[in-house]
Amino acid sequence: MAATTIKPTRSDRIFDVWNYALLTIFFIIVLYPLVYVASASFSNPDAVISGQMWLLPVQPTLDGYRAVFSYESIVQGYLNSVFYVVAGTVVNVFMTILAGYALSRRDLYGRNMFMFLFVFTTLFSGGLIPTYLVVDDVGLLNTRWALIVPTALAVYNVIITRTFFQVTIPHELLEAAQIDGSDDFTFLRRVVLPLSGPIIAVNVLFYAIGHWNQFFSALIYLTNESLFPLQLVLREILVQNSVDPSQMSDATELLRRQHLRDLLKYSLIVVASLPPLMLYPFVQKYFVKGLIVGSLKG
Amino acid sequence: MTVSPRPAQASDTAAAASARAGSRRTTSAGRQIRRGWQLYVLLLLPMLYLVVFQYWPMYGVQIAFRDYNVVNGILGSEWVGLKHFQRFLDSYLFWPIIRNTIVLSTYQLVAGFPLPILLALALNYVGGAWFRRTVQTVTYAPYFISTVVIVGMLFMLLDPRNGMINLLLSQIGLGPLDFMGNPAYFKHVYVWSGVWQTLGFGAVIYLAALTSIDPTLHEAAIVDGATKLQRMRHIDLPGIAPVAIILLILSLGSMLTLGFEKVLLMQNPLNLQTAEVIDTYVYKVGLASAVPQFSYAAAIGLFRSVVGLILLVAANQVARRSTETSLW
Repeated sequence: MAATTIKPTRSDRIFDVWNYALLTIFFIIVLYPLVYVASASFSNPDAVISGQMWLLPVQPTLDGYRAVFSYESIVQGYLNSVFYVVAGTVVNVFMTILAGYALSRRDLYGRNMFMFLFVFTTLFSGGLIPTYLVVDDVGLLNTRWALIVPTALAVYNVIITRTFFQVTIPHELLEAAQIDGSDDFTFLRRVVLPLSGPIIAVNVLFYAIGHWNQFFSALIYLTNESLFPLQLVLREILVQNSVDPSQMSDATELLRRQHLRDLLKYSLIVVASLPPLMLYPFVQKYFVKGLIVGSLKG
Repeated sequence: MTVSPRPAQASDTAAAASARAGSRRTTSAGRQIRRGWQLYVLLLLPMLYLVVFQYWPMYGVQIAFRDYNVVNGILGSEWVGLKHFQRFLDSYLFWPIIRNTIVLSTYQLVAGFPLPILLALALNYVGGAWFRRTVQTVTYAPYFISTVVIVGMLFMLLDPRNGMINLLLSQIGLGPLDFMGNPAYFKHVYVWSGVWQTLGFGAVIYLAALTSIDPTLHEAAIVDGATKLQRMRHIDLPGIAPVAIILLILSLGSMLTLGFEKVLLMQNPLNLQTAEVIDTYVYKVGLASAVPQFSYAAAIGLFRSVVGLILLVAANQVARRSTETSLW
């Protein structure tokens, strides 16, 4: 606040103490489990289980990570997930820009009707079973495309993208381009796209993290294990607690010992959460901005 | 859907747009369409997607009123009216499922709604940029962890024998608690792990709303000798109230939806009596069972969607009458 010249009153100083205390408590409660898991992934599992490890790794080891990277279905799932993220995000961003731009144009005849058709799907949907039957009908069941095409576009992203175009691309720019003989395709490609860096970044982040974390679509649409994304493999190991030693070529010996199972899980959590957290620096810059554009000015 | 934090309040901009469009109706519709044909080409693929994957399922929802079987198709299957709805209402699972759904979603709302506001208000009065940024970054991080990993962490950290939380609890003599096995604990674990994960994310929107409050209000209040607590109460809270109301309406509308994936992952035979909710039951009846009952599951799902829509409209009405802030 601007008023640093005014001497803080007694009640303001008490307020500050409570405020910092409260924030510190929030901070520790959120951070501690994350630190614990990260440290446990590098520690001797016996020390973790017996409660000797509380903050920093005890008897550091990389065995957990070795086990993770030699576990066949994890590696396969990781590669599959990378494919779903890349292909899915490309489709998503392409579709979102198309829809977002067209809907941002004031001179689009029937714009309100189109907007309504988009927004209505956020209020009401056919639901799980009818959607599943459609995916089955169009022949996507048990193919890679089942994780990409049925979620090709999120209406929320279309709305923030449309808002972005409305705010940043003035109508005069279009009129000027039209006088120069430019049509809508050329205008979108030559003028709009070069100005859309921030909104493309927001979309990539929203969609990529969504694809990486997605598990339910895979659960219902896929039965072929070679197509499974990482999240389904994680579910097997972390939630259903089934670790299959035959999946690991050279670490079978390790897994025979029950405690190393837990080590594998801690390491797996770190490995699986790393990609979204690596996007985190961008998050501060774009994700938050996108969220704000969409929700406050929407 | 992929990440969809909150559908924005698009309808009021649509209304504003229609007002603008009204003044431009000098050109005839036909000419406008012909001049802008390329825009319709751009909309072609997105509309195709909407029709196939959003509106076709809405058409298909009529299987809730039929005895659907794959061979006869939707229209060929016999019309049975409300039979499947009746069956759900008469089912011995109806009340337990409804009760679990309402208990979980109400608890989630009550615990999850105020805390992000509190965090945002507190962060707003932190002088040091470094401390503020650190707290914000850390509390925001769990939002990016996948549901599967979160539930995996819950199973590990809450393990009765060697989970971190239980090791802590035994240290202070509260003994190990079987969090995942005891049906009485399910709602607490579900709700508080959700608060843990989304606290920072939820605060972001309120922080943005706080920055848009006119700073002269604060300056005037300081000159008048208002304490920070008074400024928080009389300037900040009213300032973010519209945003809070919008978010509250939206969360009321999605009350019955819950974090369905998370509930499903947290379920086990021991806690199922308090953990079965409408959506997980639809999944089990319709897709996971050996004999999938598409029509029955679709009916339960439709029941949920309709109740959700009614809740959303009702919440919106109440908000519009009492606070003049609403979605539409």
